[in-house]
Amino acid sequence: MAAIKVFGHPASAPTMRVVLTLHEKNLDFEFVHVDLMGGEHKKEAFLARNPFGQVPAFEDGDLKLFESRAITQYIAHRYEGQGTNLLPADSKNIAHYAIMAIGMQVEAHQFEPVAAKLVSEHVFKPKKGSTTDQAVVAEEEAKLAKVLDVYEARLKEFKYLAGDTFTLTDLHHIPAIQYLLGTPSKRLFTERPRVNEWVAEITKRPASQKILQ
Amino acid sequence: MAGIKVFGHAASTATRRVLLTLHEKNLDFELVHVELKDGEHKKEPFLSRNPFGKVPAFEDGDLKLFESRAITQYIAHRYEEQGTNLLPADSKNISHYAIMAIGMEVEAHHFDPVASKLAWEQVFKLFYGMTTDQAVVEEEEAKLAAVLDVYEARLKEFKYLAGETFTLTDLHHIPVIQYLLGTPTKKLFDERPRVSEWVEEITNRPASQKILQ
Repeated sequence: MAAIKVFGHPASAPTMRVVLTLHEKNLDFEFVHVDLMGGEHKKEAFLARNPFGQVPAFEDGDLKLFESRAITQYIAHRYEGQGTNLLPADSKNIAHYAIMAIGMQVEAHQFEPVAAKLVSEHVFKPKKGSTTDQAVVAEEEAKLAKVLDVYEARLKEFKYLAGDTFTLTDLHHIPAIQYLLGTPSKRLFTERPRVNEWVAEITKRPASQKILQ
Repeated sequence: MAGIKVFGHAASTATRRVLLTLHEKNLDFELVHVELKDGEHKKEPFLSRNPFGKVPAFEDGDLKLFESRAITQYIAHRYEEQGTNLLPADSKNISHYAIMAIGMEVEAHHFDPVASKLAWEQVFKLFYGMTTDQAVVEEEEAKLAAVLDVYEARLKEFKYLAGETFTLTDLHHIPVIQYLLGTPTKKLFDERPRVSEWVEEITNRPASQKILQ
């Protein structure tokens, strides 16, 4: 039996952030499906795992966690010795770690809120039978364009967002980007050369391919 | 001259999060005022410090950082041995660190967006001669109440959010809580006994008093 369990949903980007990390580390785990449509995440058994009623939740033996970015950081540290290194090359260097930490904050506060609104409009609303609000799309695409301009400048200096190696900072973006590549918003990534290259790199990784299956 | 500089505004909650951390660590620093009302944060040279045009930015010798929660974590690690310990008592314990990390994510994603909207409506809009939208206040107070119910349950088990000691998790909440205590929203904290005690503890700390001056 796997000591590691993920409680979540395959369509949930935060769930996939955690699953991606486990694949990068070649870790065995059990995926426990949470029935979001049936409101399982708002009921007691799940709320005991995450009182905020959101997927994913996580277990490693006795340790119970929630919040995808706390979970991915835990995995990256706990299993530092195996699979892909998701921390800076010199992970004990506090200054290098801080640079990666900036990138993780930027993904969480600047990129993700905008990307999530676009995914909601382009992907989830049609699935639920409501129509995409093109005014919202236009507004959010304008914000995403500004964020990606900053990324373009950054990626002209460095191969990845935190430096020359792939880290959690890049990984945290992948599930939302994978959704957006299937929408008209894809062009915002493809029209910026370094961003386009970076997206191609991070989405073709074997772990990134695994979560699409 | 101080190796440490903070580029920000003394009234900004994100700037205060960093100032608080520096005071807790008894570190000398220089606060370089950024004139927000003149849009200084949206122009060069500030944009070279934070391309997203937000305060605070930070320098420690040659290291340049932005995003308040990346900065506070850097300070807590870099100066771990001095002043207040802002990390878990056993900071090398990866599980304990993960528990603190959950709390930092919860503050950033569940507490701060709601609390900041309430501070904006009831405090900052008034500085700019705008009026409070009471409908927004009601809506956001309902969300804050739900978050504080989770905090109340948590604080019945532990003295502080991440365990028995004061950590970054608690600290990150202080600046916006200080603003909300001067508004009718204060009642949401007062009417929950453990939350009320926790708020009193964390706002009475000498460092918390210093940032109000």
